[in-house]
Amino acid sequence: MKGDKKTKIVKTIKIDVDKCNGCRACEVICSAFHATPKYSSNNPARARIRVVRDPLRDVYVPVYAGDHTVAECAGRDKYTIDGKEYDECAFCRASCPSRDDFKEPDSGLPLKCDMCESDPPLDEPLCVQWCLADALVYEEREEEVEEEVEQDEMEAGLEALATKYGLQKIMDTVARMSVSKSA
Amino acid sequence: MRYAETGFNLEVDLTRGNIERVETDPRDTELYLGGLGTNAKLLWDRVPPEVEAFSPDNLLIFAAGLLCGTPATGCNRTIVSTISPQTKLMAFSMMGGFWAPELKYAGYDKVVLRGKSPDLVYLWINNDKVEIRDASHLRGKGANETAVLIREELNEPKAQVASIGLAGENRVFFASIEQGRSSASRQGLGAVMGDKNLKAIVVRGTRDINVARPEEYMELCNEVLEYIKFRNENPIPGVMPILTGLGSPQEMQVHDEKWHTENFMWGNSRVRRKGFWTDEIERAWTETMESMRTRLISCYNCPMKCGATISPPGSPTYMMKCFSKLTYTMAAMSDLDFGLKIAQRATEYGLDGFSTPQVMAFALELYEDGILTDDDMTGIPSGNDERFFWLLDRIVRREGIGDVLADGTYWAARKIGKGAEAYAHNTIKKHEQLPLKLSMLNPIYFLMYSTGEKINITQIEGQFPQAPWPTREEREEFVKDWIQVPDERFKQYLLDWELRGENSIPYYPTVEMCCDIVDWQERMHYIDDALGMCAGLSSFPLKPPYHIHNYPKFISAGAGIEMDEEKLTQATRRYRTLVRANNIRRGMRRADEKPPENHWKKRFPELEKELLDTYYKFKGWNNDGIPTKETLHELDLDYVAEEFVKRGILTEADESPKEDPGQNESK
Ligand code: SF4
Ligand code: SF4
Ligand code: SF4
Repeated sequence: MKGDKKTKIVKTIKIDVDKCNGCRACEVICSAFHATPKYSSNNPARARIRVVRDPLRDVYVPVYAGDHTVAECAGRDKYTIDGKEYDECAFCRASCPSRDDFKEPDSGLPLKCDMCESDPPLDEPLCVQWCLADALVYEEREEEVEEEVEQDEMEAGLEALATKYGLQKIMDTVARMSVSKSA
Repeated sequence: MRYAETGFNLEVDLTRGNIERVETDPRDTELYLGGLGTNAKLLWDRVPPEVEAFSPDNLLIFAAGLLCGTPATGCNRTIVSTISPQTKLMAFSMMGGFWAPELKYAGYDKVVLRGKSPDLVYLWINNDKVEIRDASHLRGKGANETAVLIREELNEPKAQVASIGLAGENRVFFASIEQGRSSASRQGLGAVMGDKNLKAIVVRGTRDINVARPEEYMELCNEVLEYIKFRNENPIPGVMPILTGLGSPQEMQVHDEKWHTENFMWGNSRVRRKGFWTDEIERAWTETMESMRTRLISCYNCPMKCGATISPPGSPTYMMKCFSKLTYTMAAMSDLDFGLKIAQRATEYGLDGFSTPQVMAFALELYEDGILTDDDMTGIPSGNDERFFWLLDRIVRREGIGDVLADGTYWAARKIGKGAEAYAHNTIKKHEQLPLKLSMLNPIYFLMYSTGEKINITQIEGQFPQAPWPTREEREEFVKDWIQVPDERFKQYLLDWELRGENSIPYYPTVEMCCDIVDWQERMHYIDDALGMCAGLSSFPLKPPYHIHNYPKFISAGAGIEMDEEKLTQATRRYRTLVRANNIRRGMRRADEKPPENHWKKRFPELEKELLDTYYKFKGWNNDGIPTKETLHELDLDYVAEEFVKRGILTEADESPKEDPGQNESK
């Protein structure tokens, strides 16, 4: 879908892997913030940032959850940087069938970083605030973009479910649920 | 609903291969909090003094502290408790790292192991799925190596592994349990794990941990983070480098080792090397550290980076923290290059970095003095550094003399005889201590050394400065924002404390003040060990972010247990007394509560007696160090009093039977 030209604030988190100490505080606070009610629970497996951490190989990569993808990549990449070999998918943001990252542990619903959307907005995303090592630094800049209609969270979730169970089954379930709720 | 804790323990019978998930009693959490507190209760209930360390009836408990897995910064401690083969008392070492929170997310507060597996196995806890798996292919593998292999075979890169190396398998009395970044090292926990034929416990958890009052809890967490930032920007002036900031002693970052190398003892805790720290040494050691250290790293949910990955040329990478940086170097009278290399091998073997170097230096001293002979040391190389590697290999395999040494200096000396006892001069309650020999008795440290039941000075000291600043202005400056004191009177103690003259050690702080100070310092450590908090953010450093005033709030908002300072102090006294009760039941008495004879040159027998008399009274213990019936009653520990009377430890009149020689002499 194409829209009009418009200036928009691009929110960027600059990640300095050399500064990361592998503490996973970013995962902790992200999962607490997104709990319902807010901060009522905590579970790094639900975080929208995951730290790929392997100290013996000196690998530390904080990765943010991006979009859901229905199929895994046909080919995979392996990077070697400064003599360190990174696992396949180490830098990838997708919640994808090939791995557990960026999915709710029980339902398997995809997770996506929303930059800590909240009302009123926070000064800085929480993972940035809790990273005292300055491995995560927040930046905003203005950019001219073509407006796109963003897929909202529920739609993304439903789409993932549809892929998993088929659309018909979801519609049946919703129908059954609404009957039992109203009964 | 249970908050902060999961409310479930995993009970594993290794003999029968039986695994059960058992719901715990929330009333126990109120009484004993969690972690160390509830561990002490389990050991009291289930491990009578007739059970020895290497009995299948001994329990080995891995506990996540009460607040582990919540967003409280630095709350990541696993408290491992059992009966020590070396001290024969209750051992409760703890480790940082990532294991405890993972256990919570898997849905358990503790793993309670009993029995003995017929074959070498490891335990794999993956949320609800828990299985005992064959580990015969991991026999003899290094502790780190084991972790890597297990993660690979399970295809679970995020699993956390606590494992033992060869030392634990061979029941070396100072074997550790290793967990990559951290280890539970003191008092031979790894030997008990090895005796149970358990190579590792592997955990992966993806469940929620709830807190009772979320907004309030988060506010407390944020305040702590803010205070950490403040302390990082405001180091404490006028103290040695490692005491200026927060965290475990920042040995991986600090290059200036003048204080340690010139004040701690070298060799078998014998030689003080004044003037050792020259510019040349500083340059060489800095170069060594910088070339081998790949990165400073933190434990789970903590910004302090107290550990480091170290890659010695030609050896695999390992992780190190704290004072083990210097213990091998100084025991061997060698350099840092040697220290960092041998520590790599010792870490894979899974050994305590305090006891191990001392045991080896002890052996070489005996050899030099002809008490150990060429027959005992057949094959020993001639080079100094090589001798340490040689001894290390013998000890973990219990080969030849290594078999004797593997029991630690206290027991080895008794086996060797011929006057070797005099060489095992640096133990308390049979356990090797920091290599420190000082001049003037320090009354606060006298009490801590004597009565500390973790038997390690770093696990009881903290909070109160180790010495006064020379000028009153400096002291006034320090107390200005000293919010951590439980009462204003502690500020006065410090203000009036002088380096010289009437108000200096050993008679100032006065006996009463010393009791007060020691009690406060100890209390903070016990709270940490129940909540799972790192001592480096609480009981150990000066002016830490966690203290007696905000802890009750953390417990209330986090665990949903209404708490105030008084109630928390009372709970801490309760399980602290229960730890002592376990040890009293095992024969520990006043006679065992003493620092090494040569710890200070200038001793004051009368003052020392008065200190101990008064402190025992202050704690509600009788003159033999046994908690009185009245004290036990006040602490809801009547069941302990009953057992004491039944066993003849206390008479109806609250006295201990005459002439109780204590543990040292009787066993
Ligand atoms: S909080 Fe920062 S230092 Fe810690 S793991 Fe995340 S990115 Fe790394
Ligand atoms: S920006 Fe917010 S939502 Fe995104 S990963 Fe960080 S804490 Fe989570
Ligand atoms: S202060 Fe240091 S030792 Fe303590 S939890 Fe933090 S990183 Fe670990």
